[in-house]
Amino acid sequence: MSWIKVCSYEDLVANAGIAVKVMDKQVAIFLDPEFNQLFALSNWDPIGKANVMSRGLMAEIEGVLTVASPLYKQKYCLSTGVCIDEDIVLPIWNVKLENDVVWLAPK
Amino acid sequence: MSNITQLIRNTDKPHLIIVGNGMVGHHFIEQLAQLGAHQNYKITVFGEEPNLAYDRVHLSEYFTGKSYHDLAMSEPSFYDNNDIAYETSARVTAIDSLAKNIQLADGREFSFEKLILATGSYPFVPPIKGHDRENTFVYRTLDDLDAIRECAQSAKTGTVVGGGLLGLEAANALKNLGLKTSVVEFAPRLMPVQLDETGGALLRNMISTLGVDVYTATATTQIVAGNDAVHRMEFANGDYLETDLILFSAGIRPQDALAKQAQLKVGERGGIVVNDYCQTSHDDIYAIGECALWEGRIFGLVAPGYSMAKVAANHILGFQGEAFTGADMSTKLKLLGCDVGSIGDAHQTTPSAKRFVYQDDFLNVYRKMVVSEDGTKLLGAVLVGDNSYYDTLLQYYLNGITLPSNPQSLILPVSDGEPVGLGIDMLPATASICSCHNVTKQDIAETISSGSMTLGEVKRVTKASTGCGGCSALLKKVVDNELLALGVEVSTDICEHFSYTRQDLYNLVKIDEIKTFKELLDKYGKGKGCEVCKPAVGNILASVWNDFVLKKEHVSLQDTNDRYLANMQKDGTYSVVPRIPGGEITPDKLIVLGEVAKKYNLYTKITGGQRIDLFGATLSELPHIWEELIAVGFETGQAYGKSVRTVKSCVGSTWCRFGVNDSMTMAIDIENRYKGLRSPHKLKFAVSGCTRECAEAQSKDIGVIATEGGWNLYVCGNGGMKPRHADLFATDLTDQQLITYIDRLLMFYVKTADRLQRTSVWMESLEGGWTT
Repeated sequence: MSWIKVCSYEDLVANAGIAVKVMDKQVAIFLDPEFNQLFALSNWDPIGKANVMSRGLMAEIEGVLTVASPLYKQKYCLSTGVCIDEDIVLPIWNVKLENDVVWLAPK
Repeated sequence: MSNITQLIRNTDKPHLIIVGNGMVGHHFIEQLAQLGAHQNYKITVFGEEPNLAYDRVHLSEYFTGKSYHDLAMSEPSFYDNNDIAYETSARVTAIDSLAKNIQLADGREFSFEKLILATGSYPFVPPIKGHDRENTFVYRTLDDLDAIRECAQSAKTGTVVGGGLLGLEAANALKNLGLKTSVVEFAPRLMPVQLDETGGALLRNMISTLGVDVYTATATTQIVAGNDAVHRMEFANGDYLETDLILFSAGIRPQDALAKQAQLKVGERGGIVVNDYCQTSHDDIYAIGECALWEGRIFGLVAPGYSMAKVAANHILGFQGEAFTGADMSTKLKLLGCDVGSIGDAHQTTPSAKRFVYQDDFLNVYRKMVVSEDGTKLLGAVLVGDNSYYDTLLQYYLNGITLPSNPQSLILPVSDGEPVGLGIDMLPATASICSCHNVTKQDIAETISSGSMTLGEVKRVTKASTGCGGCSALLKKVVDNELLALGVEVSTDICEHFSYTRQDLYNLVKIDEIKTFKELLDKYGKGKGCEVCKPAVGNILASVWNDFVLKKEHVSLQDTNDRYLANMQKDGTYSVVPRIPGGEITPDKLIVLGEVAKKYNLYTKITGGQRIDLFGATLSELPHIWEELIAVGFETGQAYGKSVRTVKSCVGSTWCRFGVNDSMTMAIDIENRYKGLRSPHKLKFAVSGCTRECAEAQSKDIGVIATEGGWNLYVCGNGGMKPRHADLFATDLTDQQLITYIDRLLMFYVKTADRLQRTSVWMESLEGGWTT
């Protein structure tokens, strides 16, 4: 698996998302600060049809951590990309944090 | 009666023994059953009376046709089904607190891990010479009543010693048994604990007209054989009274003999000393109900006993439960057909307390309210003759609800006969509806929302109104109110992370001085929060503390619009709306807006709120755009925020031929005053310079219209999907008055409205709000 360095830990926002461009694709990276857990999935909102997922609010729904699209509010599971409101799945990325550096790799 | 041989088995489980099977002892067992205690304990109950627990509160109904079975608290099968061993007619004679065992009168011994004393009380019989003659009784058990009934058959007259609550209850019973009845009270008035002098005197008159002779301030010195009746009671003042039957009801004393024998700590004047968890001086021995002495007080009512039972059960099983914190001793009852009620500080002992009194000697009613010095809180009340005022007063008292501006209306008669009530909506969720079973308004709401759709069903599930029954009317109102509200909104919880309404959260944030979402979540919520509670709490925090919303601890709560100070459009780009207070703008500022729009290729549009919207900015362009706008004095117009949007205005008296006041300046002042205020939903204002109303103020949350005499203020209007005409709130206000009124209204709205509730809906949801 080829890991790509995308940003540093300081660039992340706790309990929220940022967007990075990697291999010509936009990826949204979210940080759950409780255990420094990172989630990475496509920044493209397939329903709103815009690169906005990184700007959605993180929302826990019955124990599942999701992100809510800022456009039409559909929620996607952060770890699987599965949309819980519509029959649709967002591509997800492998993500890791090493020495304050954030790495991504395509799945 | 016993199931003890079937149920006491050799198990490894520790033994939990309850001594006493009255109402409180029984309630304790119900609590155990509910908590599944039999999984951890072998449970055994010993009761001294021949029957299992019965409803002593309604003991007198035994004389009006009810049997033991009608009064019984449960069927024996309840005990069998819950694996609880019991034995009646079983008197415990000794406790060995070191060896942890008890001994019964027949010599049997049982060891225990936990012991609960629910031994209740015994009637106090004053040590008058002759008190132990034949045909003298007390009034506590079914056996007592059987004996009284038997004796009454051959008696013509009966006398109750004691004119308190129980004494009058007993007098009523004697009267119903056909005896010519008298009441002898040592104190100067009847019901000295609950009533004041006037109330006691009125009650005395009413009881006398019913044919019961009342002797107050009368001490009995001795009881001897009578000439014309069985007894002659001789009084200290030289008079005497002849009577066939004497019933002592001069108060109760805690039944603490076992505790004394076991050398547990007891109070100077009796009562087993317990802590907030009902533990006695021995950690494994608990005392609950009338035998327990908490903070120097004995609680002779069933409701506090039930509370103790609950506290003790939870404590023994290691559940984190509430501590016992005392109890309200307010009472209402019908004595000999007369309504009597007493709430809180009935005797006006609070320093500087003031009172309202209403008395009608024609209708035999008396009502007194004791209020705080400033007249805003109810401290106590006395009611004689008509208890229909009781429920409302009690709720004001228990919940500390601020009294209306004319508090006397709560006790004054009204022409249509129905006293001024407190709207059910006004009661907080925590309001105790049934104090016997400690059922709150919220408990009832929850029971209904989980499927109990009738009064009977609610009673069955919550047990509300199955204790003394005093709350039955109130319970019905609450149930009706909840059913009415059902379908509109069932749960008022904001989301799965907080079991609170927005208003609750607002109060928690304010009172606990909570400054961050995490703090609130840790203290009052669960999980990590969601897209509903995060912005709502972010908004509340901003309303209360006015912290910078993009600080590290707040930024993740903000919707993208709030986070980037612009409105996200369908393609993910943003529109920027700088604030233009009152719609007044200089040519230089207009030019800058034009230049910025041109530079970043933004589509421009004049908005409905008299400002200019610049569309099509990408996220990365926003900082540059703002840098240029801020440089010439612009700030965000918060066209996205749950906050003040615009104050629309006409040009006003400076230019307009019809203008009667300077609406332009007022609009700018108002916009600058309230901009940045975070509120439950967006707020739109307008100011018109005359009644032609060019600014359309009557469709705004806050609308101001100039008049010859100042300003007219309209509130809670709305355009949008469901337009609502604003209501005229006040007329001919000065500038200062206008601002004061708007301040107050907005404060009230921000404090009390629901999440995303516009002022129009908020107004209609308020008690007494306008409806169309």
